Amino acid sequence: MSSIATRDAPRGFSLQEYMTCLTGIVWREGLRFLHQRERFVSALVRPLVWLFIFAAGFRQVLGISIIPPYETYILYEVFIAPGLMAMIQLFNGMQSSLSMVYDREMGNMRTLLVSPLPRGFLLFCKLLAGTAVSLLQVYAFLIIAWFWDITPPPIGYLAVLPALILSGLMLGSLGMLISSGIKQLENFAGVMNFVIFPMFFASSALYPLWRVQEGSPYLYYVCQANPFTHAVELIRFALYGQINWISLAVVGACTIVFMIGAIFAYDPSRGLARRGPAGGEG
Amino acid sequence: MTSPAPVAEQRETLKRGPAAVPALSIDGVSHSYGPRRALIDVSFNVQPASFTALLGLNGAGKSTLFSLITRLFGIQTGRVGIFGHDISRTPGEALRLLGVVFQPRTLDLDLSLTQNLLYHAALHGISRREAATRSAELLARIGLTERAGSKVRDLSGGQMRRLEIARALLHRPRLLLLDEPTVGLDVKARADIISHVRQLVTEQGIGVLWATHLFDEITAGDELVVLHQGKVLAQGPMNRVITEAGAQDVNTAFMRLTGAQVMPGGGT
Repeated sequence: MSSIATRDAPRGFSLQEYMTCLTGIVWREGLRFLHQRERFVSALVRPLVWLFIFAAGFRQVLGISIIPPYETYILYEVFIAPGLMAMIQLFNGMQSSLSMVYDREMGNMRTLLVSPLPRGFLLFCKLLAGTAVSLLQVYAFLIIAWFWDITPPPIGYLAVLPALILSGLMLGSLGMLISSGIKQLENFAGVMNFVIFPMFFASSALYPLWRVQEGSPYLYYVCQANPFTHAVELIRFALYGQINWISLAVVGACTIVFMIGAIFAYDPSRGLARRGPAGGEG
Repeated sequence: MTSPAPVAEQRETLKRGPAAVPALSIDGVSHSYGPRRALIDVSFNVQPASFTALLGLNGAGKSTLFSLITRLFGIQTGRVGIFGHDISRTPGEALRLLGVVFQPRTLDLDLSLTQNLLYHAALHGISRREAATRSAELLARIGLTERAGSKVRDLSGGQMRRLEIARALLHRPRLLLLDEPTVGLDVKARADIISHVRQLVTEQGIGVLWATHLFDEITAGDELVVLHQGKVLAQGPMNRVITEAGAQDVNTAFMRLTGAQVMPGGGT
């Protein structure tokens, strides 16, 4: 007890402590996901509606020529499958950010942020946990899609994993960056309209970009500048065992920028500090 | 007054350690939300093995102060130290020694008691096996061993608070902050929680900062910090604060200091 009043020398944190923290955060996110079964179902139903209904209807309207990475003529369903995988991750990334706003209001975010480990690391863990949840959703979608004749080469299922991790991190950190600017839950609906829909439609998820270029050159440039387009293309090529280097570079760079932005925004001396008291009272 | 002499002596020795570093030192802290000043030049210390009550009405600045100590907000002016570790410069070392019970509930309602505790332990880098042992011990101590596997949602308000205190102790902090922990609890649950926390002070030498607006939670021998409209109006041992205010009890002393109208038993 005599040591109680003396100041300890800083001892820092061991690699094992970092790993314990990481697995703990991923484990908790997984548990929460399992408890929200309706979230899983809706995460699956959304892309399946696009696949079963929208794609079937559009099959006759949109002809897809042979473009890389495809080596033969493909059905429209096959074309939009990577876009729908990215859509799952887009929704999941935004939903994780919704949960951060919710967490912050409910106080759970406080529990996370008073951990002694560096805050940047905590947010990175949170992102990785969200990405892990999105992987479960995407692979569940791929299994169902297989019965719908979307059968990429077996190696594709493995090769797409790193692509999905990277795109998941990018979309998650974008969501986190946005969530740092949202004060109340109500504002999130606006974010859905202003972020999710424009990103999804102004991308190569539903139509090849050369088609867009024929229709509107300006929209083509918007699509080219949209990071979501590159997430879709990264996934599309990886699913066929190839690498789209430009998309890889864009997604990698965007991930770094969004992540630094999010960590900056959650820095106590900058982001949260500008807002009013979190607990509602002074 | 009611505490037995040996305990009081023990507390004195703990306080008078060779290099007495306060458990918590608040030094010239001010904070504003835009034009509104929430804290104005606040300074006080919490010693190890002491129970310090931070007394103030709603809106006095208690929650802002807690947000600064827990690093939810950045410090604008002044300095906050936990056992000598500056919260802005070495936050990791400082937060490691700090346990917090926030005023709003911060448990995962859909997870079990044990899962909540294990998650918190992981956030502190405590290995799974060690965390399981400590969780079981703490659950036994708060009398919730049998509920270990049930969802937190099914607990009563008092049980949730006890669980939050157990969680705050999981990483064995030496300073414990509690922000109005008894709000919304019945008389029995309040008494249980207060006596539990006081035991931590006497038995484990933990320094406690207990924010409240309820005067009956303070007893003689406590350290008192009176916070009103962002300023510290008085601080010191409870008896001294009362005497200096020329009053007979905390309630009157608080009224004299702040000019506020206070109902007997606390509240606004």
